[in-house]
Amino acid sequence: MNRSSAIRGKSEPKTWELRLYVAGQTPKCLAAFANLKRLCEEHLAGEYRIEVIDLLKQPQLAQGDQILAIPTLVRKLPEPMKKIIGDLSNTERVLIGLDLRPVD
Amino acid sequence: MARVGRVRRKSAVTRSLAKIPTGIDGLDEVTFGGLPKGRATLITGGAGSGKTLFGLEFLVQGVEQFGEHGALIAFEESTADLTENVRSLGLDLARHIARKQIAVDYVRLERSEIHETGEYDLEGLFVRLDLAIKSVGAKRVVIDTLEVLFAGLSDYGILRAELRRLFRWLKERGVTAIITAERGHSTNPDALTRHGLEEFVSDCVILLDHRVSDQLTTRRLRIVKYRGSAHGTNEYPFLIDADGIRVLPVTSLGLQHDAPTARVSTGTPQLDEMLGGRGLYRGSTTLISGTAGSGKTTLAAAFVEAACRRGERALYLAFEESPAQIQRNMRSVNIDLQRWVKAGLLHFQASRPTAFGFEAHLSELHRVVQQLHPSVVVLDPVSDLCAMGSSLELKSMLTRAIDYLKSSGVTAFFTSLTEDSGNAASSEVGISSLIDTWILLRNMESNGERNRGLYVLKARGIPHSNQIREFRLSRRGISLMPIYVGSGGVVTGTARQSQEARERAESLQRSQARQRLQRALERKRRALRAQVEALTAAFESDAEELSREIDEAQEEELGLLSDTAMRARMRGARQNASSTASRRGRRGDRS
Repeated sequence: MNRSSAIRGKSEPKTWELRLYVAGQTPKCLAAFANLKRLCEEHLAGEYRIEVIDLLKQPQLAQGDQILAIPTLVRKLPEPMKKIIGDLSNTERVLIGLDLRPVD
Repeated sequence: MARVGRVRRKSAVTRSLAKIPTGIDGLDEVTFGGLPKGRATLITGGAGSGKTLFGLEFLVQGVEQFGEHGALIAFEESTADLTENVRSLGLDLARHIARKQIAVDYVRLERSEIHETGEYDLEGLFVRLDLAIKSVGAKRVVIDTLEVLFAGLSDYGILRAELRRLFRWLKERGVTAIITAERGHSTNPDALTRHGLEEFVSDCVILLDHRVSDQLTTRRLRIVKYRGSAHGTNEYPFLIDADGIRVLPVTSLGLQHDAPTARVSTGTPQLDEMLGGRGLYRGSTTLISGTAGSGKTTLAAAFVEAACRRGERALYLAFEESPAQIQRNMRSVNIDLQRWVKAGLLHFQASRPTAFGFEAHLSELHRVVQQLHPSVVVLDPVSDLCAMGSSLELKSMLTRAIDYLKSSGVTAFFTSLTEDSGNAASSEVGISSLIDTWILLRNMESNGERNRGLYVLKARGIPHSNQIREFRLSRRGISLMPIYVGSGGVVTGTARQSQEARERAESLQRSQARQRLQRALERKRRALRAQVEALTAAFESDAEELSREIDEAQEEELGLLSDTAMRARMRGARQNASSTASRRGRRGDRS
């Protein structure tokens, strides 16, 4: 599994750039990645890009996005930047955090 | 054998708690060697109590004094802000960062930016801490202020578990850490930390305090806990100034300063005379107390001037007057201080007592003494410091000042203003016991004048005069006159002068009478001599006469004698003839 590879959807005018910080393949990190992917597929199909950064491999990247908690999801785009920490199991809160209102 | 073993074990125990010196002035003395090595120390205190600076000083001193690198995780201030803030306190953080001696990682945690959804841990913090430690090979770690985490994150359960893991992790790394925390809890303002961090960090807890009383702030430090080690238990004042942090323990807890036997002049010969003829002991502390205008500053100035004349350095800490004013005023009593200032021997340091707290004054004293190495120091006046705090605090400050000056071998002169009404000797009981020599100046009012009196109240180890002298200031300088004690009490000033005049007249009279008698005696002696001479002369003429008569008599006698002899001769011839004739006659008669 290549975690740092970008997963690209269809090119749309509005692209969501998401970055998931993890530290190794802990259950929390794996859960976060799975939850994020499911969520994006449901709400942002084809409009998102996820970059996974493993801090155990690239610790120097933690400083830039002020990462403290693991896992942390950073919404780089669209602005403003948003941070969501945790395994993203609470879908409702993730959607609010990402400013993604669920489509009724 | 068994005995040796026991001794060895014992020493192993005392050695077991390794300590790492912080390099912060005074803190290592109070902790008897520093912070516990390889463990975390909690520094807690209110806002602005100097926690961050303590941490930074620990790191910077580690690099500068012990060659130990350090890592800082800063939650509250950015690296740029930190560097900027501590530069004014003498810490060159930027240089150490550039040289890879100190790594700083600013962790910004903004609750509003963060949404929590589900399980998480603080591995990110560990990763960053690990990176910071590895990047410079840090032996010292500071985390400032860990409690920001509690403000930024809501799941306290996770936080507590992670903090416990963090301290374990730090211990495993073998780094010596300082963790700072905010003091006070919403329900208990005296709680050591807001979020109970002290339950995680149990080896050493230091409490910083920043309190305001009578509009003056003092910073204090107390070691609440130091597991496995003895430590000073008092509250120690500390200072933050241009040289960073300085903790001020009572410097020599054991009173171990030397007692030099060399003596030093007070600059007033008559006063030296009162002090056993040789002045004060070098390294002793003298208090001059007196009412307003009694000449305290002048005595102090004379003392300073004498030191400069001997070629020694002097420090004058003025709390009341500006240096220029003191110099001008002293010129009027023939004490030229300006000359010594120009020669670089005399250094004035003037500050308002209220400009900063006791501790800052004390620190200033330390700093200047360390810098100048003066042999004499004047604090003029210490009573002004009284005005700004409790006498207990003043006493504690003066104790430390005196201790410090003594251990530096400095001869100190303190002046102190006493109330006119009160009993000077009792009003300063607070500090008098710390003082070696106490000179009291007092105003004596009588006959419509005010005159100054001076006496030595005590002088440890010096046989001193018990006399009250009149202390006079004139254009020629200081002079101490013996004063008269008459039936109406002590006589000073013009009364003394008239007394002197009277005495002079009396003594003149006495001497005139004496001279008269002497002259009479002389006359008598001369008369006697004349008489003796006349008698001798008469005697001599008589004697001459008599001896001449004696001679004549003798000659006469001799003349008579020779006549007799001649006659006898002549008579002898006749006598012979007659005798033959008679013999013949007799014969013839017979025949």
